[in-house]
Amino acid sequence: MKLDSKIPEGPLAEKWTKHKFNVKLVNPANKRKYDVIVVGTGLAGASAAASLGELGYNVKAFCFQDSPRRAHSIAAQGGINAAKNYQNDGDSVYRLFYDTIKGGDYRAREGNVYRLAEVSVNIIDQCVAQGVPFAREYGGLLANRSFGGAQVSRTFYARGQTGQQLLLGAYSALNRQIANGKVKMYTRSEMLDVVIVDGKARGIITRDLVTGKIESHSAHAVLLCTGGYGNVFYLSTNAKGSNVTAAWRAHKKGALFANPCFTQIHPTCIPVSGDHQSKLTLMSESLRNDGRVWVPKVAKPGLKAVDAVSIPESERDYFLERKYPSFGNLVPRDVASRNAKTVCDEGRGVGATGLAVFLDFSDAIKRDGEAAIRAKYGNLFDMYAQITGDNPYKGPMMIYPAVHYTMGGLWVDYNLMTTIPGLYALGEANFSDHGANRLGASALMQGLADGYFVIPYTLGDYLAGMSYEKVSTDRPEFKEAIDTVNSRVNTLLSIKGKKTVDQFHRELGLTMWEYCGMSRSEGGLKTAKAKIQGLKKEFWSDVAVLGGAAELNQELEKALRVADLIELGELMVDDALNRDESCGGHFREESATPDGEAKRKDDEYAYVAAWEFKGEDQPEQLHKEELIFENVKLTQRSYK
Amino acid sequence: MKITLKIWRQKDSNSKGAFKTYVCDHVSPDMSFLEMLDVLNNDLIRKGEESIAFDHDCREGICGMCSLYINGHPHGPLQTTTCQLHMRSFKDGETITIEPWRAKAFPVVKDLVVDRSAFDRIQRSGGFISVNTGGVPDANEIPIPKKIADEAFDAATCIGCGACVAACKNASAMLFVSAKVSQFALLPQGKPERKERVEKMVAQMDEEGFGACTNTGACEAECPKGISITNIARMNREYFSAMTTSYEVAVGGGE
Repeated sequence: MKLDSKIPEGPLAEKWTKHKFNVKLVNPANKRKYDVIVVGTGLAGASAAASLGELGYNVKAFCFQDSPRRAHSIAAQGGINAAKNYQNDGDSVYRLFYDTIKGGDYRAREGNVYRLAEVSVNIIDQCVAQGVPFAREYGGLLANRSFGGAQVSRTFYARGQTGQQLLLGAYSALNRQIANGKVKMYTRSEMLDVVIVDGKARGIITRDLVTGKIESHSAHAVLLCTGGYGNVFYLSTNAKGSNVTAAWRAHKKGALFANPCFTQIHPTCIPVSGDHQSKLTLMSESLRNDGRVWVPKVAKPGLKAVDAVSIPESERDYFLERKYPSFGNLVPRDVASRNAKTVCDEGRGVGATGLAVFLDFSDAIKRDGEAAIRAKYGNLFDMYAQITGDNPYKGPMMIYPAVHYTMGGLWVDYNLMTTIPGLYALGEANFSDHGANRLGASALMQGLADGYFVIPYTLGDYLAGMSYEKVSTDRPEFKEAIDTVNSRVNTLLSIKGKKTVDQFHRELGLTMWEYCGMSRSEGGLKTAKAKIQGLKKEFWSDVAVLGGAAELNQELEKALRVADLIELGELMVDDALNRDESCGGHFREESATPDGEAKRKDDEYAYVAAWEFKGEDQPEQLHKEELIFENVKLTQRSYK
Repeated sequence: MKITLKIWRQKDSNSKGAFKTYVCDHVSPDMSFLEMLDVLNNDLIRKGEESIAFDHDCREGICGMCSLYINGHPHGPLQTTTCQLHMRSFKDGETITIEPWRAKAFPVVKDLVVDRSAFDRIQRSGGFISVNTGGVPDANEIPIPKKIADEAFDAATCIGCGACVAACKNASAMLFVSAKVSQFALLPQGKPERKERVEKMVAQMDEEGFGACTNTGACEAECPKGISITNIARMNREYFSAMTTSYEVAVGGGE
């Protein structure tokens, strides 16, 4: 298979404009003859469904939650980047492009990333027109802040809940199209397979989560806007329901999965408190602007925050400041995360589990006063106190890294189409724009760029060449897919084993975190592969799923998701094994500089690793899409 | 900690429900309320009993999916979402009663899961500004005074969980509806459809079977996001002003 990224010819800045002119159009009167399925209603899905409905297509939208407003985009805190240059501080489309491609450690396509930067400015206009209440200055104009180490202030925000406000904006646009009859909304409905007819994606199979009914839906194209797969680690900042099933089912039907091992670990999360832990909570990394990260120089097992205050300066190791004197506590996410893990692995971690480091504000409070710190971080301190029961004004916070975002996803071309014609992937579900590491405030930008401003053009190009004829859900392809789904459901219910789904999920997560997290080695990855294969066998022979198929059955929902996460986990390990370089968010122990820093290998690994499913329990086949850099020069990152 | 739980179990919307008692004797004060239920559910499954169904998703207090009426309060004793409530808020040996939201407009689906689609239908009836994608003015072309923007933001932080309805003796949805009406009534972008919006949303609210507002303030007291009942006052003003001044624009007068 030859992967064709379909990046348009010509100068970088003209590619998208030219492409928009060259794509085929669907006559306004004919758009109503096409049906489009949109799975997922986060930023990408809601914006796509609304925009396509406005254009006149018949859209069917699906979400597993009880309302489209609950998709996990809602939890994004920090902000959304846009190259508006409202602050007159030297920002431009080119600079946002450059920062994004560099931040991704040169593992993304220039053409895609430039387009993302280009449409970023339209997103802000769109959201404001919808009534999204962004932060404003006293003069009434929009406020910006610098975010994630960017040297310009290009981040638009709505207090610490930007994702919520953007999603509610997209949700309102979606609601308007539902009211207009252009979008039909299916809530509590989970996609369990994609249906291919004559080589094209022509529908999906869903399970109504209330009645358990397995249903078929046909369309002319299918858009997967189903988010990332961070829950493969069990503990992550993802919502409990976030899962890979839609993308994974598409993968098994022929869509290539790209760079699955590219995951992002966020350094400032609230640590695990015990075995009962079900998810992790992120705190904005702006905390590192004033907090100092440290652990004791000599291991003090079980050290509590209240006792930390009495440890003298001379016995503290401010390890980030020590190792990276110029960036100090503000090193990028991956460097901060990896170093926290290293000191904990040395046994110098703090707290009951030993899996935490201190983030200390005492110097900042001394310098600026408690009131100033409260004004800046009050809500984060409150949240911390509520979750941990500790007072961060009196002693240091404890933090530990957690999985936050997955850069990998379904391989898509410039049109966002996967390797299955008519099947698209948008937002976090695709792999396209963030390379090996995503910049802060860029996830919201990409989700909305794909949904509002890319897919409305590129989908038309595909549909314009298609007949209006609908495919019947009575066709054998649908029947076969329904049978497969039913048999999966029935198998899970008939195992009647001894271990709960959560137990399997937790074991999978521990293995992934230990061997395929921030730091990886060949030996560790091979151990992980064997463990995951064993876990898969055990799952299908000993999982306990009670209740029936024809009812609301939350254990069954989880089991179907975890079964797919296990398979994905194995592919992530294969991908990590293949990528023998340290790059972006992860460190490969065999690929380090003499002083122990990440060493990227551009001459060997400047490609997208796209994996093809070859059959159950068969090794997947690797396809490489070479990345061509015509505009930027590849440089090694240094924060010393 | 040892906790006794009296939990509402109901097979489906057509069945009759009842309380069932469970004892959890290894509860950690650091567990979130939902993690305590996770542990209980896993224990039940290992004993061959069906787990208790409850809604939840983000577990960081923002998606609005979790609910639960705990000891007579929506989302429990603190003014937060259930997912952000921790067991250290309860006493060792305490008995905790857990019910679903109780409202005619929120029928029980199973156990503690209710159907809140009425909220979506209200939003669809007018909770939007009618702009299509593209072709909108530059974001800074409409200056909005910071005070107004902040006030609109406060209203916009509603997470649509339904605690206001569950807290209200009349099961009124006024706080929920007024939050959206306020957000758009305050912002210049929302002005063109201001009257029509409030009329439609109130009509849909009534049609869904939510009760009337008698100003007890229970909704505000229980709202995990602290949405103010000032919004209800604003919606009432918007509504009366719309009722008395809105009119069908006559067309065809120029011919």
